[in-house]
Amino acid sequence: MHRLLSIALALASLIAFSSGQSASLEDSIAALSAVGPEGAGHAEAAAAWQVLSSGDAETILPMLAAIGEHDDPLQRNWLRSALETVYSRIADTSAAALPLAEMQNFISDTANPAAPRELAFDLLQRSQADLAFKLIPSFLSDPSPTLRRIAVQQLIDQAKASLAEDKEAAGQTFRRALDSARDAEQITTIAKHLRSDIGDTVDLPTQFGFLMCWHIIGPFDNTGREGFDSVFPPEEQIDLEASYPGKLADGKTVSWTEYATSDDYGMVDFNSPFSPLKEAVAYAYTEFQSDGEQVAQLRLGCKNAWKVWFNGELLFGRDEYHRGIRIDQYQLPVTIKPGRNTILIKACQCEQEKDWTKQWQFQLRVCDQTGTAILSTDRQPTPQKAAATRRPSA
Amino acid sequence: MRSVSFFIRYLFWLCLIYLPMDSHADWLNFRGPGANGVVSDCADLPTDLAAEGAIAWQIDLPGRGLGSPLVVGDRIYLTAASGPEQRQLHILCFSAADGAPIWERRFWATGRTMCHKKTCVAAPSPASDGQSIYAFYSSNDLIAVSLDGDVRWMRGLTLDYPNASNSLGMSSSLVVADDTVVVQVENDSESFAAGIDTATGLNRWKIDRPKKANWTSPVVMQVDQQAVVALQSSAGVLGVLPKTGSALFDFDGGASTIPSSVAVGDTLYVPSHGLTALRASADGSGIEKLWNEGAQRPGTASPIVVDGKVYTINGAGVLSCGDPQTGERLWRIRLKGPFGCSPVSNGSHLYIFNEMGVGQCIDITGEAEARVVSEVELDDTILSTPALSDDSLYIRSDKHLWKFSKPTE
Repeated sequence: MHRLLSIALALASLIAFSSGQSASLEDSIAALSAVGPEGAGHAEAAAAWQVLSSGDAETILPMLAAIGEHDDPLQRNWLRSALETVYSRIADTSAAALPLAEMQNFISDTANPAAPRELAFDLLQRSQADLAFKLIPSFLSDPSPTLRRIAVQQLIDQAKASLAEDKEAAGQTFRRALDSARDAEQITTIAKHLRSDIGDTVDLPTQFGFLMCWHIIGPFDNTGREGFDSVFPPEEQIDLEASYPGKLADGKTVSWTEYATSDDYGMVDFNSPFSPLKEAVAYAYTEFQSDGEQVAQLRLGCKNAWKVWFNGELLFGRDEYHRGIRIDQYQLPVTIKPGRNTILIKACQCEQEKDWTKQWQFQLRVCDQTGTAILSTDRQPTPQKAAATRRPSA
Repeated sequence: MRSVSFFIRYLFWLCLIYLPMDSHADWLNFRGPGANGVVSDCADLPTDLAAEGAIAWQIDLPGRGLGSPLVVGDRIYLTAASGPEQRQLHILCFSAADGAPIWERRFWATGRTMCHKKTCVAAPSPASDGQSIYAFYSSNDLIAVSLDGDVRWMRGLTLDYPNASNSLGMSSSLVVADDTVVVQVENDSESFAAGIDTATGLNRWKIDRPKKANWTSPVVMQVDQQAVVALQSSAGVLGVLPKTGSALFDFDGGASTIPSSVAVGDTLYVPSHGLTALRASADGSGIEKLWNEGAQRPGTASPIVVDGKVYTINGAGVLSCGDPQTGERLWRIRLKGPFGCSPVSNGSHLYIFNEMGVGQCIDITGEAEARVVSEVELDDTILSTPALSDDSLYIRSDKHLWKFSKPTE
């Protein structure tokens, strides 16, 4: 059955291709729109792929443009693999036919979407490394995080190389790199050099856009990990003056308290105010002021089970415990509205007792799609190390 | 006229591609034919891995990976992941003769790529049915391509099932049985196993699985002349029909979540409280426990059964040989560990590489004890299980792929 279907698909694509009429480039690209969830549309896509991957050099730019016009990640992958097949074949057999100038223009035009520009650069780098290399300095303020990362790395390497001979110049280069950097690993590297080698201060929380000041409440019960699905009062209403039954000894109620973190990476540590606890749930709440509407992302790092609400809407939840945490682990798209926006985090701690299961914490930042921090208009100065304490509500 | 000529040529190549292949030498999935790590037609594998010329060739790879190579016909297929956060996924095809690249396909990861630094996104081994390559990644991207790299279908299982991921990374390899790709996506959150139609990429079935991280791979058993896929987890082993996902048997005695079981016909050797041997009933509807041996305790490496004996390697690198009828330990020797991969065998020797890249060839033909007959240092981290085919051994690291063969005179 499999073999018969495959042959039928191949023959169908061959007939379409050899006729040169019925399956144009546009038709084949359009056929990819059939690709949907749970495997839908792949027969159509496979036939279209046969046509697309057989294209000539003139199809390269239209396919790059088409990648930018498709938001669906699978449709993009169908196009990408067809385009790379065409590109590789032409690079191997008739490299002079490659539209290198057009590709360079496509890469340099920042109005084009990031994904096909990154792909075009990657292809150029593989076949014409010298041409690609010349483009790199222009990527320093590029909207593509990938291209920007390449340019920043060039600056980091330059700064490191000049450290021993000219510390001042190295410092200036590191500063330029920091201004452009959006990649967490690069920012960390640059900050380390600026602090230890140059003696500069770096406000990492502001650079990243981590939210540092919160109201927190807890603990609530998470026995048997049931707290993840349980709806505790903060999920129904935010009342910072309220008290609720929680999981405290002697039936004491729990209430909201202010909490500020001075951690470089905005880590909110529930073990600090609540002392190490197991099988517990806590919430953190903050507000974010904006002058206007903005498309943004909430980027969360958390190794406990969690849920995030933005302006009262549940964005996502995940019931995984202690499998790892990193900056930007989860990227949640939001639209910030003008004025006050609310953010509520639920973090659950489980029953496990090993050392690596003690952490009960999260970090959250607000940024745009490139990773550039978006700061609340009423953002407070970054708390100093000594100021990171639990403070009672006013 | 040109179209007719092109059409005839196309049909010719099509026929060549679809001619039945002599697959006896192929290595189609993690641990090869039968997913048990043993081949019978590689009697002339090199036993002196360090001999001059034993490395037939070595090539560079464009990305990280610890999935095993596949050998289909005269080609090698493997997967890799590269770039920031390993978001570039590769399927690579090389000539088995000289390691020359034949084709490559790249894709963007559509799911989460976060994983522990020791593992990587291209951790699961791909699989093949001799007609297509099925590549799977920790990002839950499942991609089918023809042997010539034509894309047939692709699934982004995290797009379909958004909470199905493990922040430490996943590594369960694929198996193909009855025109179905069986995939285990088992984690603390949205945990499932699914059977995907090899022709269409559509779900044949999808079942919920225990909500607990699991890195083991499915194993195909042969029960009453039908294929049964054993799905291992912390809960035990569930035997399902590959085409429907219908459960045939359920062993609920618990099992490891790292080393996988090994099947020999209708008998399954499960890393469970040491090692537990299970036999499916004649019609496959039940499972019988034959024995349990607590002293046979696999570490990361999966057990292997060769010529009627069962071998395990524990976390300290000790290789034990057990009686498959009772599980009783017959002998043990210490190897140079630690091991992140599983052993393979041609019937007379075991081959395994430790995490520091030291390959070891162990003669297991002796009655009383085995002996390490050669070692080779590849000076690279190796967590991948080797592939055997046509008297050659293929092993990969994050950076390289090697072929070992007996030096020609």
